[in-house]
Amino acid sequence: MNKTINQKAWFFVIPVFILVAFNAAIPLMTVVNYSFQETFGNNVFAWEGTRWFKQILLSERFHAALARQIAFTFIILLIQIPLGIGIALTMPKKGWGVPVCLILMSMPLLIPWNVVGAMWNIFALPDIGFLGHSLNGLGFDYNFTQQPGDAWFTTILMDVWHWTSLVVLLSYAGLNSIQPAYYQAAEIDGASRWAIFRYIELPKMKKVLTLAILLRFMDSFMIYTEPFVLTGGGPGNTTAFLSIDLVKMALGQFDLGPAAAMSLIYFFIVLLVCWVFYNLMMKNEAQS
Amino acid sequence: MSLELKNVEKKVGIDTHIYPTSIKLEKNTINVLLGSTLAGKTTLMQIMAGLDKPTSGEIWFNEKNVTGMKVQKRNCSMVYQQFINYPNYTVYENIASPLEITGVNSNEIKKRVGKVAELLKLSAMLNKKPDELSGGQQQRTALARALVKDSDLILLDEPLANLDFKLREELREELPKLFEDRDCIVVYATTEPSDALMIGGNTATLLEGKVIQYGKTLEVYNKPENLISAKVFSDPPMNIAEIKKNGDICRLTDNSVQWKSSTKIKDGTYKIGIRPHNITTYKEGNNSVEINGKVQISELSGSESLIHFTNGNLNWVSLSNGIQQKNVGDNTKLYMNTDEFLYFDQNNRLVNNG
Repeated sequence: MNKTINQKAWFFVIPVFILVAFNAAIPLMTVVNYSFQETFGNNVFAWEGTRWFKQILLSERFHAALARQIAFTFIILLIQIPLGIGIALTMPKKGWGVPVCLILMSMPLLIPWNVVGAMWNIFALPDIGFLGHSLNGLGFDYNFTQQPGDAWFTTILMDVWHWTSLVVLLSYAGLNSIQPAYYQAAEIDGASRWAIFRYIELPKMKKVLTLAILLRFMDSFMIYTEPFVLTGGGPGNTTAFLSIDLVKMALGQFDLGPAAAMSLIYFFIVLLVCWVFYNLMMKNEAQS
Repeated sequence: MSLELKNVEKKVGIDTHIYPTSIKLEKNTINVLLGSTLAGKTTLMQIMAGLDKPTSGEIWFNEKNVTGMKVQKRNCSMVYQQFINYPNYTVYENIASPLEITGVNSNEIKKRVGKVAELLKLSAMLNKKPDELSGGQQQRTALARALVKDSDLILLDEPLANLDFKLREELREELPKLFEDRDCIVVYATTEPSDALMIGGNTATLLEGKVIQYGKTLEVYNKPENLISAKVFSDPPMNIAEIKKNGDICRLTDNSVQWKSSTKIKDGTYKIGIRPHNITTYKEGNNSVEINGKVQISELSGSESLIHFTNGNLNWVSLSNGIQQKNVGDNTKLYMNTDEFLYFDQNNRLVNNG
């Protein structure tokens, strides 16, 4: 077959090219630009080389924020994934309960993030909030604006409330795609409920669960709005996760150079973890 | 050993899935449930297995009433249309799984799995996972799991339906041999009459939740009690026409075809059923009769030719050996083997054949 050569086809690619350039490449390059320079305003820049990167990577402040971030992500994954699977397993499979459960489950996902933060802020206030007031009434010394432990507890609780639904919905979809014949076959074999979960449901949910973990990892690792509205990173810096710390540095202190360097480091961490995840997923795919 | 359904009925809401059915399956038999989709084959099997309870009626196994007894206590196994295996177990572990649950010791498991794997040609892939196998091998694994257990009752629910043609033929030939020396009752559900003929044993024809006829497969095929049973057990569909019999002369009611019949039924109006392979482009048997037709569809199916044609107001289907291409719209002559005609009375009951 003869192929006709038509270079005009390139014109079809141009709109996408421009779009990607404006929404990804150009802003990113601005950040890259800042990260190697020092500015004193008035559009005056001085070349600094890798100084900001070294400074960030060696700073205790960054280490602390990163540690908080990893701890937070780890804890919420540890809670949300098993809890999500558990809820999905107990949800009805047919009848009127299905739409009711699905709607109830999607509700938290539909609420804007800053509203979630504001809601929980008021909800948890020790003097007038329902949660805070009740806890204090029960004899707990609870005050999330002053005690770091309480601030963490509230932030995690909020995230679990907001995002477990996503894991539930994904797991539920995974469970529903299992043919009833599998359950019958297991029943004939005399398999226990645990064995059915371990050897049929879990392997069959593997793909959606990998997706759920990846999504929840990325979202929680980049979390900003909700804890910002709830605690503002406080008390002190105890709930200042990476993105909150970054904004403090960039806008609060106007340290554009270090903030840009930190953004890039942050970006590479997320990229690296996603890459590792992606490869693990593909490896599993290749095996099966 | 025997499995007996006594007046078993299954209703779901206001729908009747199985009308009252009584059927007795004997030891060491293969029983084919033949019927189209939604005929109730799967429901009937699930009731036999104890996966589903009948609305009324009783199930007796070995002269014992087992109605309502749970499937785990019944020592039966089932193979499905979809290839059902534990996804993250190897083939070996899959086959061994029913034995492990019942606590058979590991040497015995090894021996039995090895034996059944050899029987099903799986010995080379015992360490693979189901996902790495072809469809045919996955279904062999599922079959091996069903066989390894020495069940009293083995249920096969359209086990070959999801396989491609070649694998289906291959496994279909092996199946009856697998069950030969086993002390069990096998039930095999299928939509394909050719499956039933190949497997032999007994056949029950089903339509819309009713068992129409149950008996030896060849008997059900050659002497269908009624028109419905004959229709269920015919693929391509059976040709049916009204005829008048006067003396030893029979003719289609539109007088287009007439033939001499030696059948000893009374004069009157009947229906005849003619299987497509008894209408051919060449003469077959000593008593064939010509029929003129206008070709509607002419197609090949393997090494056979399927010709749909009209004669008067009736549509006919013929199935001839070899490649017999006809042009659509042409008038053509075909031959019907009158010895193989099935005669039904006005109540659709078989009155005579031949």
